[in-house]
Amino acid sequence: MSEVVAGYYPYVMVGLLLLIGFHGMAMKRNYMKKIIGLTIFQTAIYLLFIQGAAKSGATIPVRSTEFGTAAANYINPLPQVIVLTAIVVGVAITGVALSLMLQIHRRYGSLDEEVILKQVGEEA
Amino acid sequence: MSQIPVLVPAVLLLTALVSLLVGLKGQRAGHAVALAGAVAAFLLSAIGLREVVSTGEALHYAMGGWMPPLGIAFVMDHLAAYMTTLITFLGVVVLIYAPRSFGHEIAGREGFAWPTMVLLVAGLAGMCLTGDIFNLYVFLEISALSAYALLAVGDRAAPVAVFRYLLVGAVAGGFYLIGVAFLYFTAGTLNMADLYARLPELVENQAVVTASVFIVLGLALKMALFPFHFWLPDVYTNAPSAVAGLVAPVMTKVAAYAIIRIFLDVFPPGFFTEVVPVASTIGWMSAAGILYGSILAVAQQDLRRMLAYSSVSQVAYVGIGIGMANPVGLIGGLLHIMNHALMKGCLFLVGGAIRYRTGRTRIADFAGLGRTMPWTMAAFTVGALAMIGIPPTAGFFSKWYLLLGALEAGNGWWFAVIVASSLLTAVYFFRVVERIYREEPPEATDDGPEQGATDPPASMLGPILVLAAGVLVAGVMNVVIVRAVLEHIVAPLGS
Repeated sequence: MSEVVAGYYPYVMVGLLLLIGFHGMAMKRNYMKKIIGLTIFQTAIYLLFIQGAAKSGATIPVRSTEFGTAAANYINPLPQVIVLTAIVVGVAITGVALSLMLQIHRRYGSLDEEVILKQVGEEA
Repeated sequence: MSQIPVLVPAVLLLTALVSLLVGLKGQRAGHAVALAGAVAAFLLSAIGLREVVSTGEALHYAMGGWMPPLGIAFVMDHLAAYMTTLITFLGVVVLIYAPRSFGHEIAGREGFAWPTMVLLVAGLAGMCLTGDIFNLYVFLEISALSAYALLAVGDRAAPVAVFRYLLVGAVAGGFYLIGVAFLYFTAGTLNMADLYARLPELVENQAVVTASVFIVLGLALKMALFPFHFWLPDVYTNAPSAVAGLVAPVMTKVAAYAIIRIFLDVFPPGFFTEVVPVASTIGWMSAAGILYGSILAVAQQDLRRMLAYSSVSQVAYVGIGIGMANPVGLIGGLLHIMNHALMKGCLFLVGGAIRYRTGRTRIADFAGLGRTMPWTMAAFTVGALAMIGIPPTAGFFSKWYLLLGALEAGNGWWFAVIVASSLLTAVYFFRVVERIYREEPPEATDDGPEQGATDPPASMLGPILVLAAGVLVAGVMNVVIVRAVLEHIVAPLGS
């Protein structure tokens, strides 16, 4: 068991963060906490990409005389770019989620899911 | 190299920006720009489709001059051309329909709706045209974000429903992205064609198996496959009619498209049937969804909610076609993507027209509309017959192929589910049609100025009739469509 954790600990950490985020989204009643859960969930995915691209003894992907031409001496820029794009997407999602939350608060005067769903049910 | 694959999303993205800027001066101008852009995208897709069908070769474009697999590829093959033509066609039809309907339901907020609708179409078309699995994720989120914004501008409870959809959608996108990460770190590429070449030697790799499960799980959430459908009914019920008329026909179908694309063109043949039993899982989930959606649709009192549950059931027909994993069944599923888009679009737009003229959405209040809104109700009846699957409407032929596919797969249960669901569909649609035609209109006293319900203005009736005619044309022409387009798509399965 401990060997598995040692060999795969980045994956274990990412999995743990995914679970924490998912728990926040699914189980918390407060909409703000759901959004926090969403952010944790997304961050776990960024970390998955980053840990996959991690390399020791290499440098940034700009050619230098010191490191020569071997690809192994440079870090792969693609996962970094993917994470940057994913962060942009994540920010947009969070932004839309926050604006929806504001609308809900204006209409129902609460952020508590049970209170809101009860009101929605009564109006329908 | 051809420009068409990239021009379709590029034109739409540019149109969204221009429409937003022009719309600041006046929303009518914004709408005109949006419509012009959608028409241009539709024409480009149709030209592309014609070229792909006549030459039998896919059109390729390398983004920024970087040759794939290093650069991002845009590929318009039979499947992509078929999907984009359908999506942009519905975009045009709904944009023609929307001004009146929005003016009635969300007056004063249309200015931002036009660019967002174009953005939605751009995202969906981009998903179909890209040849890169990460690029597909970006377009998926573009379409999802614009859909959240559009759907939330509906009734009072819309933001609550859309908030839940957003959480589900974000998890779905996240799962897909996790799958992309595993694939990239195992195979070292994001290009679909390159993955297809490299994955056969990696089929035993645990990371590839994990990737396939995450990707399909994410897309199944987006597709509202049972039991992941729970977000859908509330969202469709509270949405503005014109938005529901665009989102319901195409959005879940594009997620289904993505599953088909991954199934056929990313993972090696047989991976989803022999290595990981993904196909049959999707098939059984769909079979459950078909029955569940149909049964709940029978119980609904609100037309929009009934159509939403019917969507849960109908998108599962596409899923069951994927699950059969044989050419005939997949042809049925693919044909149903188009057929259901046309008929569900038609039905949601009719719902919007009824709301526009009478303000009613409850089926019980529809009595006598067949007399006062004859053309609209004729279109509704055509759509309803197609949903049930009565020849020569389009719905019959996709179900026919699906039944043949179930026989070929040797799965009697799936065959029985499709037949039983057709009967249930007949029950819930005849309930509406009977109310419309057989019962007398209510006394003309209580409903105020909207009481003199007649067919809606031409800008609304036109799109409805076009879609109703489309249902019939697609039915009559089904052999042509299957021969020219769909048989090429399922060729990798044929053996």
